[in-house]
Amino acid sequence: MASISLKKIVKQYGQQAATIPGLDLEIRDGEFMVLVGPSGCGKSTTLRMIAGLESVSDGELRIGERLVNDVAAGERNIAMVFQSYALYPHMTVFENMAFGLRVRKTPDAKVREQVEATARALGLEPLLQRKPGELSGGQRQRVALGRALVRNPDVFLFDEPLSNLDAELRTQMRAEIARLHRTQGTTSVYVTHDQVEAMTLGDRIAIMNGGRLMQVGTPAELYSAPDNTFVAQFMGSPPMNIFSGQRDGTRLRTAFFEIELPTATAAALPTELQVGLRPECLSTTGTAATLNGRVEMIECLGHEGLAYLAAGDTQLRAKLAMEQLPQTGTDAVLRFNPADLYFFDTNGERIAATSVEPAGTALETAGA
Amino acid sequence: MTILNWLRGLFILVMVAIVLYPVLWVVSLAFSGGQSLALVSVPEGASFFEALRALLPLPQQWSLANFEGLLTEQPFGRWLLNSLIIAAATTIVGVLLACSAAYALSRFRFPGRERGLMLLLVSQMFPATLMLIPLYVIIVEWLQLGNTWLGLIAVYSITALPFCVWMLKGYFDSLPVDIEEAALMEGASPVAIFWRIALPLAKPAIAVTALFSFLTAWNEFILASIFMDEEALYTVPVGLRFFVSDFSAQWGYFAAGSVLVSLPVVILFLGLQRFLVSGLSAGAVKG
Ligand SMILES: Nc1ncnc2c1ncn2[C@@H]1O[C@H](COP(=O)(O)OP(=O)(O)OP(=O)(O)O)[C@@H](O)[C@H]1O
Ligand SMILES: [Mg+2]
Repeated sequence: MASISLKKIVKQYGQQAATIPGLDLEIRDGEFMVLVGPSGCGKSTTLRMIAGLESVSDGELRIGERLVNDVAAGERNIAMVFQSYALYPHMTVFENMAFGLRVRKTPDAKVREQVEATARALGLEPLLQRKPGELSGGQRQRVALGRALVRNPDVFLFDEPLSNLDAELRTQMRAEIARLHRTQGTTSVYVTHDQVEAMTLGDRIAIMNGGRLMQVGTPAELYSAPDNTFVAQFMGSPPMNIFSGQRDGTRLRTAFFEIELPTATAAALPTELQVGLRPECLSTTGTAATLNGRVEMIECLGHEGLAYLAAGDTQLRAKLAMEQLPQTGTDAVLRFNPADLYFFDTNGERIAATSVEPAGTALETAGA
Repeated sequence: MTILNWLRGLFILVMVAIVLYPVLWVVSLAFSGGQSLALVSVPEGASFFEALRALLPLPQQWSLANFEGLLTEQPFGRWLLNSLIIAAATTIVGVLLACSAAYALSRFRFPGRERGLMLLLVSQMFPATLMLIPLYVIIVEWLQLGNTWLGLIAVYSITALPFCVWMLKGYFDSLPVDIEEAALMEGASPVAIFWRIALPLAKPAIAVTALFSFLTAWNEFILASIFMDEEALYTVPVGLRFFVSDFSAQWGYFAAGSVLVSLPVVILFLGLQRFLVSGLSAGAVKG
């Protein structure tokens, strides 16, 4: 049990620009923190610094109260699950799980007892005498998990542990990891590319880009109140539509629509801005405002579908029920609630507290 | 089609005969019981076919006399023991040094690493004969290790080292670092990781380097002949040399000794075969 605190953490490889120029992140005791971000943004580097596999160039890294910048990996009482599983190929499953305990000079009887208990919890008992080469990918991942669990560490680190598994197994293992965290409550940091994993596993999610933290928050917070266009487009699938808009007095004009803004909202907005609208907030019925666009393509996903709309050079995706999907090549009129609009400045930063009040009927709408 | 197959078979047979002929000749000499190079004495005025008989690698009669003589009248057993001890010790010392050096060069970054690797390669560019005099001066005159096992063991392990280090480093480089990092996180010391993770995983490459070290020591002649001037301390190649000199031509002993000296090598190859295949190919891809 331990919290993790990163204060102004810097990672510099050689002479090049810092990979991580200064990261502040507080992970609470018992929390499941997910790190997401595009490839190369420094997720693994951050995780490996917490693990002690990578040195910290500058800043303070604490686990619990202890400053661990210079503490060896083996003395941080952290367990890590690698993407490649990293099992010891020449040892049986039992020996793999016992290795860490043996290194710590645990008495044999205790080793046996702990390994067997963990194996039982993970359903690994029938495999204990096999070598990793004789296991399937899912079983190997389970052994890697068991090896991490058996030592009862203060912190779990996961670096894309499920990305080598097929979809079904991934869902299954995801549930397993969630269950383990619920029962053990060990502080965990989990790196993934997969948004669904992030949303379902994370107590909180930290989104990184180019070595910087874009936003930290619960999945719901990130979805409903993104700080910037990067987070807005990272969370949600398909990503939020973002297009440019111009404010002229209290009127907001975009390629797809023109609406009247409440004066308070309008006052807070610059004249040039970016407007965000989630694909799932569009429909053909109901709410007040309308937008127009030419249907370029539709994709059916089963009970729902995606419509790709274009107005001039600007594109937009709408997620609609199957029966609402328009015909390709036609001009479609879709409806949305102006309260669902997000406003960002031209640098992509959210303009705080400027979502339109949910008083749809008060708004006069006009097609563009 | 069948003719082609026949031709192909014939071609292979001829090739095998060409390769095996000298070997069979040595084996026959060894079992001939005599010391003469000629296996069959061809009488004056023999017919063409009788003369042809002299070309076949078959002795007139089979006998173990050469082997008996070698082991009883000659100090061959003693030489074999010298060779075995020197080669085995060279293998152990060489492999231990090479493993630890290669592991450090593969896994750790330290000043002088690149240069050190390059230096190891450069040392391979000089022909061994160039080193004879300096080695003689160092080992025999300075260290007083002439006529000792230790002198040869030291020289052999060191000369085999550059190849072994490069071979093993290539293999360590190909092993995933994750595995060792996982062990590191479990609290294993670098030494424990080296012994309990890296070495067991590097078995194929170690087999290759061990064999290489063993053969280096087992087959070497020039240094051994310079360092050892007591007959009791000869290694097998040096001892064999004295069967065939200006003063004697005991080809039978020579051949019997050759057969005996190849046996350990053959046995080693067979024993390590499983590792050798994977080891050589791994080295081939990576090293
Ligand atoms: N040893 C190294 N030397 C120099 N640069 C490195 C080193 N390791 C990583 N980097 C750089 O640091 C950046 C972050 O790498 P990192 O592995 O943390 O990315 P990531 O977010 O985990 O990406 P992915 O999702 O692809 O795994 C990358 O641009 C990478 O090129
Ligand atoms: Mg990564």
